[in-house]
Amino acid sequence: MTPLALKYSTLRVEGRAAAWEYPNLCCRREREREREAKMCGRSRVTWEGCSVLLDINDGDRLVFARLSPAAKLKIGNKNCSLQPLIGRAFGTLFQVETAPEGPFLSPAQVNPEELRDAEVNAESRDNRALLDNNTAQSLTGEDIETMRRQGARGNEIVEALIANSATFEKKTSFSQEKYRLKKQKKYAPKVLMRRPAARSICEAYFKKYPSKIGFLRVDTLSLLLSMANVSSNFDVLVVDMVGGLLTGAVAERLGGTGFVCNSYFGQAPYSMDIVRIFNLSDEIFKRILRSPISDLLTQNESPEQILKHDACNVESQSNDQISASASMEELSHSSENGISDLGADITEPAIEVRKAPKAGERAQKEIINSWKENGFSSLIIAAPELDTWTLVRDLLPLLANSAPFAIYHQYLQPLATCMHNLQLGKMAIGLQITEPWLREYQVLPSRTHPCMQMSAFGGYILSGTKICST
Amino acid sequence: MVARQGKIKQTLWVLFVPSLSPLRKPFLLWHKDLKTHKMLAIDPAKKLSFNRSISNGDLVIVYERHDNMKAITVSEASVLQNRFGVFKHSDWIGKPFGSKVFSNKGGFVYLLAPTAELWTLVLSHRTQILYIADISFVVMYLEIVPGCLVLESGTGSGSLTTSLARAVAPTGHVYTFDFHEQRAGSARDDFERTGLSSLVTVGVRDIQGEGFPDEFTGMADAVFLDLPQPWLTIPSAAKMLKQDGTLCSFSPCIEQVQRSSEVLRTSFTDIRTFEVLLRTYEVREEKLQNIQGNGDGFNGSLPCKRKQCSDGGNVITSPISSVVARPCGEARGHTGYLTFARLKCLL
Ligand SMILES: C[S@@+](CC[C@H](N)C(=O)[O-])C[C@H]1O[C@@H](n2cnc3c(N)ncnc32)[C@H](O)[C@@H]1O
Repeated sequence: MTPLALKYSTLRVEGRAAAWEYPNLCCRREREREREAKMCGRSRVTWEGCSVLLDINDGDRLVFARLSPAAKLKIGNKNCSLQPLIGRAFGTLFQVETAPEGPFLSPAQVNPEELRDAEVNAESRDNRALLDNNTAQSLTGEDIETMRRQGARGNEIVEALIANSATFEKKTSFSQEKYRLKKQKKYAPKVLMRRPAARSICEAYFKKYPSKIGFLRVDTLSLLLSMANVSSNFDVLVVDMVGGLLTGAVAERLGGTGFVCNSYFGQAPYSMDIVRIFNLSDEIFKRILRSPISDLLTQNESPEQILKHDACNVESQSNDQISASASMEELSHSSENGISDLGADITEPAIEVRKAPKAGERAQKEIINSWKENGFSSLIIAAPELDTWTLVRDLLPLLANSAPFAIYHQYLQPLATCMHNLQLGKMAIGLQITEPWLREYQVLPSRTHPCMQMSAFGGYILSGTKICST
Repeated sequence: MVARQGKIKQTLWVLFVPSLSPLRKPFLLWHKDLKTHKMLAIDPAKKLSFNRSISNGDLVIVYERHDNMKAITVSEASVLQNRFGVFKHSDWIGKPFGSKVFSNKGGFVYLLAPTAELWTLVLSHRTQILYIADISFVVMYLEIVPGCLVLESGTGSGSLTTSLARAVAPTGHVYTFDFHEQRAGSARDDFERTGLSSLVTVGVRDIQGEGFPDEFTGMADAVFLDLPQPWLTIPSAAKMLKQDGTLCSFSPCIEQVQRSSEVLRTSFTDIRTFEVLLRTYEVREEKLQNIQGNGDGFNGSLPCKRKQCSDGGNVITSPISSVVARPCGEARGHTGYLTFARLKCLL
């Protein structure tokens, strides 16, 4: 539990080095975990080397991290070791505590006070008497510093701020709650540890870094998986230009059966960084294979050709590694969150605590041949940068007859053109373009309504079923 | 743990012994012919493939149009009769899935391999059912993956159950409960027909009154409720869930959501309510007249195929055809609210 007493400046570097050295140590745990995961679907508890999503202060900051004793996370102006997160259940809430050796993360008691908003029902107060000037708070910044030095906990500071606020009592309970939350975020930040699954990864990216995933919203992703009938033992062909989110989501659904064939045009595979954020077991990882589309389309290859491809592949793989380590782990948060002590984090460099599992081996000839012979069981495309129709025209013949497909695009027109051509060519039936719509609601006693902010656009999907060519 | 599991199996067996009502057709026949094609490839050796052709006993989806499909079990001696004529099943046997087949009058239909999505479109509606938009979102948001144990009530027509089964396959299981015995029986028959019965167990039980069976305490990865008064079942659902397990309740009315959410707050966190809808688009090729300015030099060099407009200022060249899309005029405006929550993680 004691945080490592090392100087901040060297920590990040050491953290990274350590993370690369650790994999062997945690082998046994890994095996135990796999057994558990097999038994009940997935592990409930984190382990060393495990990937987690850290939700800081209710989504203000979202950080993907790989747990290691040396990994550090900066919260506000405090650097906290991630060690206390190892071996804890997903869903655990942590708060920053201070000890003589420095700040550390400690599991927070689930506060019964959080239930309070359920009782905010009959409201009698209003805000007519409230004056907006800066004299309401009698506690100064210095006072707070003194409290801190004396070892006051975050929650105690928040309570002191409330006790010294001249206006708190006059506020409506709704704004009291808002005030408390604002102060809590600043003085007693909370870190919620989440399982990185397709849902949480997609939501986190959509919220903080949507361009990286081609603006693919979670409901749209879920529809792609359903419409393409992703099922156990399927061989799913994907064209994933959304950072690996699609590949990871399909692999998660296959659960170590069948294959995901991540295909690409040209020499260099598209980035699959996001796959590494999923906690996919080695078993599942082995089921992700990559192949250039040209390999899938050609009838038979000469050995020299294969050699040539392999050379290119090595090169592009290493390119991919570079881009991976340069990628952001922290999804920069939007500027509306005016929490000042978090503001500094926007420009903070990414925290590198990952041990990169092997991302997608190149598909070997035998498996490619079996795909050619049997056909893929389904096809999913999320490739906004490629011409949809020519892509589909080339890839559809690789599908088994009666296999479904689903194509995502940010724009309607490429899908409309593609659908029209598929109809003319009598290549598929059940063709449909759909646009999902997702609205969230605030549900509170006497205060239920649709959320004020919503995503107005989650993209379009063209779906259908391949039929036998006549 | 082992002993406990053994006990569970036994109890479940007792719990789920099918009542021998006359409604339940003997489906032993299905078990005999393991080669028939069903919805999922649970055994990797029976991978679905290109070469898979239709055989006697297979379940096929007969596709007339996107809004006109039917599930049929192929039976050598049978025929399908519809507005296109008479189709002999015997003509279908040996043809690949995805084939176009013809009737005595030259009409045609397509024969598709069943999927959960197609099944939702063809199943017999014994109740209101969930459709693809809600179904997909539920499966993803509940984080259901292969190997999960999922509890569901009510089973209804089994539309959602079919997708839950697909998501937990090949190693997980869905235990679904309905207090309506006949419906539970029909659902069981359907899962037998779609080849999902090794993944789904249907129980007859008043879930609002009695909660889920104690055998499942602390074992469920996810719980799904589509019940008239879901709040009555939430305490039981909380008991069944593993730590950090997920729950979803589907309710058409906001008052149901309101009550459920209040109860959820006691032992759940991350309580979120959504509405998911789909808008579909019509795509067609339109011939649009091409109007171009005249006299300003832009079209001076265009070939002759033009005529003078009445206003004298513009010319119309031959129509240009382009592919255009617009939302369909009618859509499902509401299905229900989906309320999700996660069991609070206590220290
Ligand atoms: C709307 S249907 C569920 C439809 C289902 N989600 C589907 O997609 O097909 C609701 C079902 O709940 C069942 N039900 C209602 N009250 C119940 C109770 N107390 N216990 C168990 N089942 C109940 C009804 O018999 C009905 O079949």
